[in-house]
Amino acid sequence: MSTPTEPAEGPAPENPRPSRPAEPITAVPVRYPERWVAAGVVLVLAAMFVHMLFTNDAFNWPFMWDNMFSEPVVRGVGVTLSATVLSMVIGILLGIVLAVMRLSGNPVLVTVAWMYTWFFRGVPRLVLAVLFGNLAILYATIQIGLPFDNYWMPLLGLEGEARFFEIDVRTALSGYMAGLLALSLSEGAYMAEIIRAGLQSVDKGQTEAAQALGMNRGKILRRITLPQAMRVVIPPTGNETIAMLKDTALLAYVPVTIELFYQLQAIGTSTYQIFPMLVAACLWYLAITSVLMIGQYFIERRFNPEQRGARIRTAGGAH
Amino acid sequence: MSENNEAAVETAKSPGPGTDALVVAENVHKSFGRLQVLKGIDLEVRRGEVMCVVGPSGSGKSTFLRCINHLEKLTAGRLWFNGELMGFRQKRGRLYELRDQEIAAQRSDIGMVFQRFNLFPHLTALGNVIEAPIQVNKVPRAQATARGSELLERVGLPDKADVHPEQLSGGQQQRVAIARALAMEPSLMLFDEPTSALDPELVGEVLDVMRDLARGGMTMVVVTHEMGFAREVGDSLVFMDDGTVVESGPPADVLSDPQHERTQAFLSKVLF
Repeated sequence: MSTPTEPAEGPAPENPRPSRPAEPITAVPVRYPERWVAAGVVLVLAAMFVHMLFTNDAFNWPFMWDNMFSEPVVRGVGVTLSATVLSMVIGILLGIVLAVMRLSGNPVLVTVAWMYTWFFRGVPRLVLAVLFGNLAILYATIQIGLPFDNYWMPLLGLEGEARFFEIDVRTALSGYMAGLLALSLSEGAYMAEIIRAGLQSVDKGQTEAAQALGMNRGKILRRITLPQAMRVVIPPTGNETIAMLKDTALLAYVPVTIELFYQLQAIGTSTYQIFPMLVAACLWYLAITSVLMIGQYFIERRFNPEQRGARIRTAGGAH
Repeated sequence: MSENNEAAVETAKSPGPGTDALVVAENVHKSFGRLQVLKGIDLEVRRGEVMCVVGPSGSGKSTFLRCINHLEKLTAGRLWFNGELMGFRQKRGRLYELRDQEIAAQRSDIGMVFQRFNLFPHLTALGNVIEAPIQVNKVPRAQATARGSELLERVGLPDKADVHPEQLSGGQQQRVAIARALAMEPSLMLFDEPTSALDPELVGEVLDVMRDLARGGMTMVVVTHEMGFAREVGDSLVFMDDGTVVESGPPADVLSDPQHERTQAFLSKVLF
């Protein structure tokens, strides 16, 4: 190809010149004395804080330590964890349904989903928790049957009621169930927004390519759009889970007597050792959220676009 | 051209059986709001024909292609594929929109290749190819995988089955996209500027695959700027401008002896 008179040209452009010896730079680095000052101030403040922890009797560490792992408290931790998991699972499923409704293009479903989100995002969780705890005031029993039967049955000349079974609200919606319902319905509204954002983040070309292949709407959602939305949905869902764990403390006001915060407060008020038990609550919640944050770190890393590669095949396994 | 669209809606004639036309477009109109993109397209694509559609950007070529598989809904006119009205059912002089399922079934017989590939990033190359056969045609997984590997080999990527799209070059991605479309065994392949998003040195490998496909007798409608490909592979060439077909005929004739002023102006800028 090239003429033999120019052997140096062309074939090796990556190393045009040989490396020449060079003297390494030895300069005095910039000093930051203010960092040492800041460190000193923080150290003093930290020492004061630790000193207080040991000298202020209100902490009553031995009492806290004895009661922090008492049986009702540990059971309370279990209740907190189960409430977190259940309300997140229900919330996510509800969120998927609401997000799909919101994007369905069906005006009735869009409006219903919008109203739902408006209500459950607008009312504070604490208020919802107390409200659901008092639902028995509104309905003593819930009966499942045909609607407005007391009006149309007599018109048709029929006796009795078209009701199939009934639930006693006071037993069914007692404490835990009422609280769980409040938390998961509320979570559904937040998850709906997160999942909607995730679905909308998927490029329109993906849907078109799937449509062109003859896939119907349901299959496109399940096989193409939702799996890709996961990447966007997972980090905020981790945050929601951590927030939910903390919000289970609201169950104490339903009231759910077996719940962690309720138990710790109960011990505190009955023994007049309120502060140690509040510290115990802080430590318990910190411990569990720390574990969740570690889990979140690994899950996010797994769904990180750069690390996706062969690993994110969430939809690939099930057919 | 646009005046007689009412008449076209009234006539219920459909291309009779026995004709070798796979696609029949009759006075196809498409508007986006007040913007008229297609202003009455009449075209026939015969079985086994390779039709290349050229024209300046904004002339409506891609929109017309997307009308063929009903990714865009026509606003007037009729479009038949394989003797069936695309996207609608005609009953006693009235048109009924087809359901999502029915449109999906119609589309499954038409393959489409996009300018931006649109591979599914969460699936491997092979996963992309076997997805629709398994999900839509209920082909057993083992069989779909065997056929998928065959197709990847046919487009020259036998060793890329387990690779995700992001790790493939543009040309390789587009070849996987072609294999994905072929996996549904379509009667018609639509190509929407398949090489426009590619680096120049990668264009050839995609055109090679398309050339093979044409040689194998596949019916193809190709929106392209590759005049060389149109001349060599195309059976017919359609020049579109401003939502209408300005000129059509055998590629060699249209390219070397354009009759219309607008065709001449366009080709003088493309070929030099």
